[in-house]
Amino acid sequence: MSEEGWLSRLRAGLDRSSGRFTRSIGAIFAGRRLDDGALEELEEILIAGDLGVATAAALTGELAGKRFDGEVTGEEVRAHLAERIAGILAPLARPLEPDPDRKPHVVLVMGVNGVGKTTTIGKLAGHFAERDRKAVLAAGDTFRAAAIEQLQVWGRRTGCAVVAGKRGDDAAGLAYGALETARDGRADLLFIDTAGRLHNKDGLMAELRKIVRVLGKLDGTAPHDRILVLDATTGQNAHAQVEAFRDMCGVTGLVVTKLDGSARGGVIVGLADRFGLPIHAVGVGEGPDDLRPFDAGAFARSLMGLS
Amino acid sequence: MFEHLSDRLEGVFDKLKRKGALRDEDVAAALREVRVALLEADVALPVVKDLVAAVRESATGREAMRGVNPGQQVVKIVHDRLVETLGAEAAGIDLAGEPPVAIVMVGLQGSGKTTSTAKIARWLQGRAGGGKVLMASLDVRRPAAQRQLAVLGEQAGVAVLDAIMGELPVQIARRAMDRARKTGIDAVLLDTAGRLHLDDESMEEAARVREASGAREVLLVADAMTGQDAVNVASAFKERVGVTGIVMTRVDGDARGGAALSMRAVTGCPIKLMGTGEALDALEAFHPERVAGRILGMGDVVSLVEKAAETIEREDAERFRRKFEKGRSFDLDDMRVQLGQLRKMGGMDGLLGLLPGVAKARKQMAAARVDDAVLGRQEAILSSMTPGERRDPRIVHASRKRRIAAGSGVRVQDVNRLLKQFQEMNGMMKKVRKMGGKGRLPAGMGTPGAGGMPGQAGIEEMARNLKLPPGLKF
Ligand SMILES: Nc1nc2c(ncn2[C@@H]2O[C@H](COP(=O)(O)OP(=O)(O)O)[C@@H](O)[C@H]2O)c(=O)[nH]1
Ligand SMILES: Nc1nc2c(ncn2[C@@H]2O[C@H](COP(=O)(O)OP(=O)(O)O)[C@@H](O)[C@H]2O)c(=O)[nH]1
Ligand SMILES: [Mg+2]
Ligand SMILES: [Mg+2]
Repeated sequence: MSEEGWLSRLRAGLDRSSGRFTRSIGAIFAGRRLDDGALEELEEILIAGDLGVATAAALTGELAGKRFDGEVTGEEVRAHLAERIAGILAPLARPLEPDPDRKPHVVLVMGVNGVGKTTTIGKLAGHFAERDRKAVLAAGDTFRAAAIEQLQVWGRRTGCAVVAGKRGDDAAGLAYGALETARDGRADLLFIDTAGRLHNKDGLMAELRKIVRVLGKLDGTAPHDRILVLDATTGQNAHAQVEAFRDMCGVTGLVVTKLDGSARGGVIVGLADRFGLPIHAVGVGEGPDDLRPFDAGAFARSLMGLS
Repeated sequence: MFEHLSDRLEGVFDKLKRKGALRDEDVAAALREVRVALLEADVALPVVKDLVAAVRESATGREAMRGVNPGQQVVKIVHDRLVETLGAEAAGIDLAGEPPVAIVMVGLQGSGKTTSTAKIARWLQGRAGGGKVLMASLDVRRPAAQRQLAVLGEQAGVAVLDAIMGELPVQIARRAMDRARKTGIDAVLLDTAGRLHLDDESMEEAARVREASGAREVLLVADAMTGQDAVNVASAFKERVGVTGIVMTRVDGDARGGAALSMRAVTGCPIKLMGTGEALDALEAFHPERVAGRILGMGDVVSLVEKAAETIEREDAERFRRKFEKGRSFDLDDMRVQLGQLRKMGGMDGLLGLLPGVAKARKQMAAARVDDAVLGRQEAILSSMTPGERRDPRIVHASRKRRIAAGSGVRVQDVNRLLKQFQEMNGMMKKVRKMGGKGRLPAGMGTPGAGGMPGQAGIEEMARNLKLPPGLKF
């Protein structure tokens, strides 16, 4: 789980898509000043990275105000933007830090369907298990076919106990039972998996709130972390997701998955600006070791096609 | 922040003139707003650029519509274009060929492949006269993926190929086809693992699965929430695996769903189905209208323009009726209205297709070359004329004819033919009036807004107007 491994891996993913990107910025600025056309093209390049129209316009707007002495190269402009983006993201790069005094520290993991909640729990569990922190996993997705079995496989892989009921069980009841089990077993951590739910479905969102409420009965401070998992492939809808989950049960941090693909996950720049939520980790693959701490500088430089 | 787009359009155009043709700057101003709307909806940038350019070209110079501002009119033009791009041809699942036919499901991780596989299988099997379906999971990567399909198969009442530990995807595909042949299965759905790494050997594997199964149909399952990356994903799958259609999932969410347009545009593949929920019956045919409306997010503007258009049509019809009743001859503007109506109702072919017993008529029409191309050409000729010329065709002399022909890209003979036809129509109108007495306007000729479909008499009338062979009966 070396730092270098993750960087090159992330970059490899980003490079796949930013080849074109890098080339076009180079072409814009090489030996030229930043004129309106160049700025517009730059803005479009940011848009193509899923930063969204507003964020892209704001960032290039700043660039327009900035004076570059004489000629600027594409590389310089990119580096400047990368620095700016890293500046926005860096304060939010914060790994998950379970409180060792809590037995257990409860982590609720939520998000829309298929983003990588279960996989992220598996990876997180592995990470803490390696550090001799005892984690219990709660198979709270009692809806999707074989979701329970999927988490159980992760439990075996990471040597963590899995509390599971059967399909169709009440997720809040299961979470409650899991908290009791984890507490009785003096576990350090309890990860609660949940079924995927679209944030515009009120009934499903209310169920999530019920889980939070029920956990609170056993431990008034739980769940201590409420992680929203976002898929890097997602476009501007990520804004609506963060907003809805935050309003429903107070998201405390994000994990961004699937950064090993060709999508750049640029939407998190706008999210950072708007919600200021910590980014705990990023997913860069399907294996147990494919979770990395979020490195703002590396992310931003990769986003801008810099090494 | 973009809910107010319609308001902003209003603001931009309030002071603009609403007469004459759509001006360059009107169109440009509207398209700036449209561009933002599309990008916010996650339509990929290159696709947005193409679309905006195409609309700029086709909108500039169009006649400005009464009752709406140019911005609103442009939005409607964009909307229509979106609908057209999204769903030019309705496309079903291709089940042609010697059974068992294979359908391969591909896509990124978590896009909804397994769920969609079960939905489609259930739907195929449940259709009237539907055959037997077999599903097989080729996902040997995701924990419990094969189990997931097995459970769904049970729920859907569809057979699922049993999993054998350690078997590779291509082998599973072969075994599934084998089993299908032996047990009289009609369709085999092959659910595959997610492939986020678009250019490594996993794409190669998907291509081999396709080959091994002899599938005609490869469906790319994509999430409606996908961002700009949709173009990369779609073109990679198209190139490497040979996608033949798209299934859009999570349309029940609130994403604007621009990815549908991006993927459609870069692959040229039809969007065949939409997933609208987690339940196995949450599968729908693709609705281009609905998706276009959502992508653009300006449903209010679009319906406003549609209403205005209806009003205009009613007014036109009214004007026409008054003229007719007063015994005044009708002019080329009227003829243009009629042609437009005809075309809107699906052209001659669409119109005739709605009526019973028209196969013969259609053939005769074809022989007489009264087809939609002719309608289009005639409309072009009419719009190349000045309003004055349309009001009083007598002033259209040789030099004007040449100008009109050049403007509409036809020959002078075509202009002559149209004018001659117009005279004949006019003569016929007089005759009808004499025969039918006052106020008996053939149904459907004047009131598309009210009636929708022209009645028998109206059709006959139009057919005759268009110089159908005499004696043609519907
Ligand atoms: N390549 C890649 N795949 C991932 C990542 N995270 C999750 N996945 C895959 O995405 C799919 C959905 O993940 P899952 O954890 O089941 O999502 P959930 O429905 O949110 O629980 C599975 O195929 C995972 O293997 C990641 O970071 N990279
Ligand atoms: N709301 C909604 N959820 C869906 C839809 N299609 C699939 N899902 C959910 O998305 C998640 C991932 O689906 P799955 O079929 O496992 O994806 P795969 O990894 O591509 O096979 C599951 O939780 C499904 O229930 C849909 O159309 N709407
Ligand atoms: Mg899950
Ligand atoms: Mg699957």
